[in-house]
Amino acid sequence: MAKVLVVDDEPNIVLSLEFLMQQAGFDVETAEDGETALAQVEAAPPDLILLDISLPGISGFDVLEQLRQHPRYARLPIVMLTAHGREVEREKGLALGADDYVTKPFSTQALVEKVKSLLVEDA
Amino acid sequence: MRTDSVVLTAAFGYLALLFVIAAWGDRRAEQGRSVIGSPTVYALSIAVYCTAWTFYGSVGRAAEFGPSFLLIYLGPTLAMLLAPLLIRKMVRIASTQRITSIADFISARYGKSSSLGALVALIALIGVTPYIALQLKAITLSHAVLVNYPATAEFRLADESFWSDKSFWVALVLAVFIILFGTRHLDASERHEGMVAAIAFESLIKLVAFLTVGVFVVFVLFNGPADLFRQVAERPELAGALSLDAVPGGAVGWVGTLLLAFLAFLTLPRQFQVLVVENVDERHLKRASWLFPLYLVAINLFVIPIAMAGLLLAGDGDPDSFVLTLPLAAGLEGIPLLVFIGGLSAATGMVIVETIALSTMVSNQLMMPLLLRSRRLHLSSQGELARWLLGIRRVAIVLILLLGYLYHALIGDSYSLVTIGLVSFVGVTQFAPAMLIGMYWRGATRVAATLGLLAGFATWCYTLLVPGFAQSGWIDASFLSEGPLGLGWLRPYALFGLEGFDIYSHALLWSLMANLGLLVGVSLFTRQSPVEQTQAALFTEAMNPGLQHTSLWRGQTTWGELQSLLNRYLGTLTTSRILADRRDAPTDGDPAPPALIARAEQALSGALGSASARVLINSVVRGEALDREAILSILDTTSQTLEYNRRLEQKSEELARIGEELRAANERLRELDRLKDEFVAMVSHELRTPLTSIRAFAEILRDSRDLPEEKRVHFLDVVVLESQRLSRLIEEILDLARLESGRLTLNPQRLDLVALTRQSVDAVHRLQEDRGVALEVDIPLDEAPVIGDPDRLEQVVINLLDNAGKFADDEAPCVRLHLARHKEGYRLSVEDNGPGIAADERERVFEKFHQIKRHGGSGKATGRPRGSGLGLPISRGIVAHLGGRLWVEEAPFLKGACLVMELPRAPDVV
Repeated sequence: MAKVLVVDDEPNIVLSLEFLMQQAGFDVETAEDGETALAQVEAAPPDLILLDISLPGISGFDVLEQLRQHPRYARLPIVMLTAHGREVEREKGLALGADDYVTKPFSTQALVEKVKSLLVEDA
Repeated sequence: MRTDSVVLTAAFGYLALLFVIAAWGDRRAEQGRSVIGSPTVYALSIAVYCTAWTFYGSVGRAAEFGPSFLLIYLGPTLAMLLAPLLIRKMVRIASTQRITSIADFISARYGKSSSLGALVALIALIGVTPYIALQLKAITLSHAVLVNYPATAEFRLADESFWSDKSFWVALVLAVFIILFGTRHLDASERHEGMVAAIAFESLIKLVAFLTVGVFVVFVLFNGPADLFRQVAERPELAGALSLDAVPGGAVGWVGTLLLAFLAFLTLPRQFQVLVVENVDERHLKRASWLFPLYLVAINLFVIPIAMAGLLLAGDGDPDSFVLTLPLAAGLEGIPLLVFIGGLSAATGMVIVETIALSTMVSNQLMMPLLLRSRRLHLSSQGELARWLLGIRRVAIVLILLLGYLYHALIGDSYSLVTIGLVSFVGVTQFAPAMLIGMYWRGATRVAATLGLLAGFATWCYTLLVPGFAQSGWIDASFLSEGPLGLGWLRPYALFGLEGFDIYSHALLWSLMANLGLLVGVSLFTRQSPVEQTQAALFTEAMNPGLQHTSLWRGQTTWGELQSLLNRYLGTLTTSRILADRRDAPTDGDPAPPALIARAEQALSGALGSASARVLINSVVRGEALDREAILSILDTTSQTLEYNRRLEQKSEELARIGEELRAANERLRELDRLKDEFVAMVSHELRTPLTSIRAFAEILRDSRDLPEEKRVHFLDVVVLESQRLSRLIEEILDLARLESGRLTLNPQRLDLVALTRQSVDAVHRLQEDRGVALEVDIPLDEAPVIGDPDRLEQVVINLLDNAGKFADDEAPCVRLHLARHKEGYRLSVEDNGPGIAADERERVFEKFHQIKRHGGSGKATGRPRGSGLGLPISRGIVAHLGGRLWVEEAPFLKGACLVMELPRAPDVV
């Protein structure tokens, strides 16, 4: 069963994403900041990461950048989540190697579809 | 050989030669081959300064007062050294303004005032008369000495009737001679080239004559200067008389005489005539400025030797006649005649130029204004007024010489030559303040100049002229020794008790003081008329190149009117020359161009003086003849340019400053814009966060119909909570917006902060307790009256307690509230035992959306809600609105963060 790592500092958003992913049939792990997320990836690499940008400590971009530098995670599907709707951030995210970029608030169905398709692609 | 007929023949022969030279000079001038276009001729003509007074009187003064006579020549030397500065400007003014005399000069400077011109002419007439008398005296005296020697030359004028007095006939002969070559024609420029040529020739003759006597005395009568000085040294009483100590009046006398000679050299009418009016080229001043002083040195070279020799050989004779008596005593015939001719040339040269200058003044400044005022004459004289003018001048010449004779006859015997000369000198120096100050100070006014002149002239009359009459016995001598009516402080030679001066320095001091004092003092309190302003500007700015070649006229007249005006005053020949224009045959009705009007006025000025010319031009020109604004604007150009540059500099500095300010303002605006963008981004971010949860759970609830009841309730709770959070957030953002725009409506009232604080503590107590936060409250007060909005203040206190709870230590969270009196208000502090806030972070916590990072966070959710980052900025805004402060400091007890609120105490209720 594919494993999804949800990284967000908003407990209720984590709660909703956790429920959605589980309902879609994935294993879910959560982290509330970047450092924890990196440690968890290192410990048990997920199949996909839902990564919030505004995090306490290092930002989602930092996490993305560090992972992409590592050959092992170069192709790990990462979906950026952000409450910032700015185009520059979207471009920055995509340039840094994010597979997709989802603006909050998001459509739950669309997000689930997106995650599924990325995991299928990956497989 | 010394018979009357021989002497008379020589004298008339000499005068005839002068006439020929003058006629030749005029002829050459008409042919356009001027003989005076040479700086040497110019310098020699200036030597008209050396009159019979120099020729005979210097030796007399040297014999009496030692080398003090030299001061009379040091003054002009000084003036010539200053020629490039001073005289050049005078010449420039005179040529642009067509000045005809010093009276015209002063009149023109002070708004072409005819009354001032008349005053100057009158003073000049009175002041110079003694000087002319002196020349007449010299001629008759030298003639008598020459013819009667060895019999004493003394003769009593008063004993004879005037027709048997040779001076009278000398005066008449000179008058005829001067009329013959001084008023042959009325020239537009009032220049007398022939006269200048004759004067230059005379200067040569008198120099040669004097040097001849000098050489004869030193090298024939004595064996060179060494012999002469040795012999003088053997006579101590002579040596003493020739030392510097013999100067009358001591040091003051030296300075006084030097100043006197300096000023008189510039203001004597004849000097002004040759120096300024007759100058044909400014550049001539260059050579004259050293050649003329050299001439003075040459002519004074033998003065002291001749005086010494005279005292040695003819001790009891009249020192003024030594020049003649020394060669006569040696039995010579030729040299005495040469000396006589030399003296004659010195005297006639002076009389000719002086009389011409004076007659010009009399006709232009005294008579013309009167004639112009009489309308009958002005209108009836359709013919040439030029003839009238010449007639007036001829009569004036005769009258001036007769006046000189009269003075000579009345008091000529009482004074030596030098004394008479010095009286005149002091008289004419009265023109110096008005002339010199007027050339450099634009503010000198006509009224002031007139008053100054009158006062100076009156003082001169009282201190020198009247005493002269007293000494001659025409007034009781007690007037001199005891003062008028026995008033000692009014003694003319010791006015106001000023004693110890020689009479000339004394008179010079008082008269110049009165003159100058009134000129400057009154100028400060009087105003100039427009014409005066213009003229003052034209004079003071004469060297300003902007004034050249500019048409300053804007009045209107026709060609015909101008022509008939000029015809009337200058004759048809001169008129046609002036009006000669490239245009072919202009008709009478054509308008005259401004330049032509200017030329016409200049031509008339040259003939009639500036004041009369102005009256005449105004009579035919409609509108303001002189474009005052144009002149003033030209004059101001230089100063304006400077001013402009200064302003430009100022402007560029200002621009740089404004640019800097704009840059800073722009920077600030950019910063504000950036902050606004950031704020909007943050607001949107903060709003999206709860919205995300709401939407996500709403969709989950919609899409997942088979949710367990327990989950459904939980998710619905989240939706409700997040909705509340969203509303709260919106409320806070609106609060903040209101605070920042100043539109926050508070409801201030007197309240008890103690009660309010306790109420707030109660509100959060349960929540804090639930989270395990230990809340310690320390309020050692019964009451704390402040002015505030109760709801808002409670919001602040709750926010502070909330924050403290959030940032308190994870393991054993503890919050302490303390409220106490502080100075004129109350201090409420809330501290926690958390990690605290670094010093450089303390102000940043009040920035909008600033989220404090939790250090050493455990990584798992603590269950405590996150703040929006707006609570503290809003609290600070509210407290500030209530006149208090809110800040962060080191927690004194719990070592975490400490937020302190200070509010002023409410005024006591009466």
